Amino acid sequence: MMSKGRYGIHGGQYVSETLMNELIRLEECYEQYKKDPEFQRELQTLLDEYAGRPSLLYYAEKMTRDLGGAKIYLKREDLNHTGSHKINNVLGQALLAKKMGKTRIIAETGAGQHGVATATAAALLGMECEIFMGEEDTVRQALNVYRMELLGAKVHPVTSGTCTLKDAVNACMREWNGRVEDTLYVLGSVMGPHPFPMIVRDFQSVISREARAQILEKEGRLPAAVVACVGGGSNSMGMFYNFIGDKEVELIGCEAAGKGVDTALTAATIATGSLGIFHGMKSYFCQDEYGQIAPVYSISAGLDYPGIGPEHAHLHDIGRARYVPVTDDEAVDAFEYIARTEGIICAVESAHAVAHVRKIADNYRPDQSIIVCLSGRGDKDVAAIARYRGVDIHE
Amino acid sequence: MNKEYENNIGRAFQTLNHKAFIPFLTAGDPTPGCTVEYILEMDRAGADLIEIGIPFSDPTAESVEIQDANIRALEGGINTDGVFDIVRRVRVLARESGKAPVPLAFMTYANPVLHYGCEPFFARCEELGVGAVIVPNLPYEEKQELEGAADAHHVALISMIASTSRDRIQMIAREAKGFIYVVSSTGVTGVRGGIDTSLESIVKSIREVTDVPCVVGFGIHTPDQARQMARISDGVIVDSAIVKLIARDGEQAAPAIYEYVKNMKAAVASV
Repeated sequence: MMSKGRYGIHGGQYVSETLMNELIRLEECYEQYKKDPEFQRELQTLLDEYAGRPSLLYYAEKMTRDLGGAKIYLKREDLNHTGSHKINNVLGQALLAKKMGKTRIIAETGAGQHGVATATAAALLGMECEIFMGEEDTVRQALNVYRMELLGAKVHPVTSGTCTLKDAVNACMREWNGRVEDTLYVLGSVMGPHPFPMIVRDFQSVISREARAQILEKEGRLPAAVVACVGGGSNSMGMFYNFIGDKEVELIGCEAAGKGVDTALTAATIATGSLGIFHGMKSYFCQDEYGQIAPVYSISAGLDYPGIGPEHAHLHDIGRARYVPVTDDEAVDAFEYIARTEGIICAVESAHAVAHVRKIADNYRPDQSIIVCLSGRGDKDVAAIARYRGVDIHE
Repeated sequence: MNKEYENNIGRAFQTLNHKAFIPFLTAGDPTPGCTVEYILEMDRAGADLIEIGIPFSDPTAESVEIQDANIRALEGGINTDGVFDIVRRVRVLARESGKAPVPLAFMTYANPVLHYGCEPFFARCEELGVGAVIVPNLPYEEKQELEGAADAHHVALISMIASTSRDRIQMIAREAKGFIYVVSSTGVTGVRGGIDTSLESIVKSIREVTDVPCVVGFGIHTPDQARQMARISDGVIVDSAIVKLIARDGEQAAPAIYEYVKNMKAAVASV
């Protein structure tokens, strides 16, 4: 018998006994509030009035003309409050935490997007908030650290292991293990033990619920493909979810290949990883032959994670979604391309998806369309991109 | 099963009212040679069962001290084969000196076992007399992942029960083998000032459904705490304390380890 929260062979609840009752309670509460019209109304109000939903589905006419082929639409999650799709999930989980009687939320963050979103929700809902961030990332993203502090959160630099996102998750799990009574771990991606992959996917699925209705209204037909970047996989799962049943829609996830999938400096889990058990789930991970988790690399701190959510691993296994690697170079080119072409400075994470669309757009006919999820805005990346191009700018 | 190691775990608890003292160390920290030496030293100082950590890059269920020890060991080049070799050397040296083989258990995470291959992993455990394996990220709901291979090789996959387990205690205890690892304070392993008082009721609840020995671990470091815990259980596990001695003394930790284990054993035995 397979345990709960399975996506094919993936998923499950590989956590310490200490957390099991808390995960069971979280699942029960979630199922209860999911069906509660009052909760849904409150959440929808926050999404509409505070986060700025629905987000636009923008027809990128200049890109379309330039690339020649499918009509390119951009799902503008970068225009949400706090600048990325992360707010969709955070408002849901923080509201759930409050209903569960928790007074404190904790979260991991890589680039700082999820940390800022969590600190924002905590400020709004009047909860205590602590964020765990790899020390290396606190240096790379010093501005986001200050932003979180402005919002009233306490930021803990994590000095263990590789001092990046993976270690921030470790520290956050360790903290939650030690203090579950008043605290909810607001996980930032469709990963970790059940029920997190399901909860985060449900809260992020608003992206494809809107996008599907918007494209039908604009084009009168479904898109030929939807494309999104994948680290843990929350914006892509949100972007895919309501299209999974539409067999004619291709689902394409863009992984961070870093310096290339044939180098050690990569974070492309599907391309280079293998089956494993880590961070509470069974899925694919970058690791060595003894099952030690590998240090990973990408120019994008948000995709710099050695695993992928279990539902993505399953969509890969059954061939429903396709995962492609995109290098730093291609992502930086795409970052500059979309800025010049459409006047949009998107997150370097999202630029991985844009890069892939540049490669495939002309494989499609002009009566077909492709939706790209612009998961976040790129202000946070400007200094890093400048340095990549040899311009010495620091925030 | 190799006759030499028969009932290897049971022997740690076999005499009536005997309380087991169980120290932990991380294999390969600071070197495999030191781990062999330190295991023999613990045995000489009276440890009833020794828990050996197979390093994992991300030991999220344990303290930062143990995580650091894992990273030191991995940087020193240890891998799962190297850990089995440490145990082999311990067994050879004990045999040469005519000593009975000390009961041994492994502590590791699901991923290193999965990658070694469940079947070869537990076959090696059986061959070397490692009678129990503790996998802290494998709760009751997921234990079928490894249980079949463990059972086939007569290795006990250890069940853990925490102060947050409540209504799960008896469900877990009913299927427990070897011993039950009771987590004494909420949270990950490590030295803590206050120790959970609900333990007594947890142990009582366990004993209603099984006579598998209960050992208490996580956060115990002083002889006083050990004595207190031994009174209500069948034994005491000490995790971070020895790892800290090794972090402090490196390759010269043998005298401090001997001293520490001897004192703790005396405290536990006095109950």
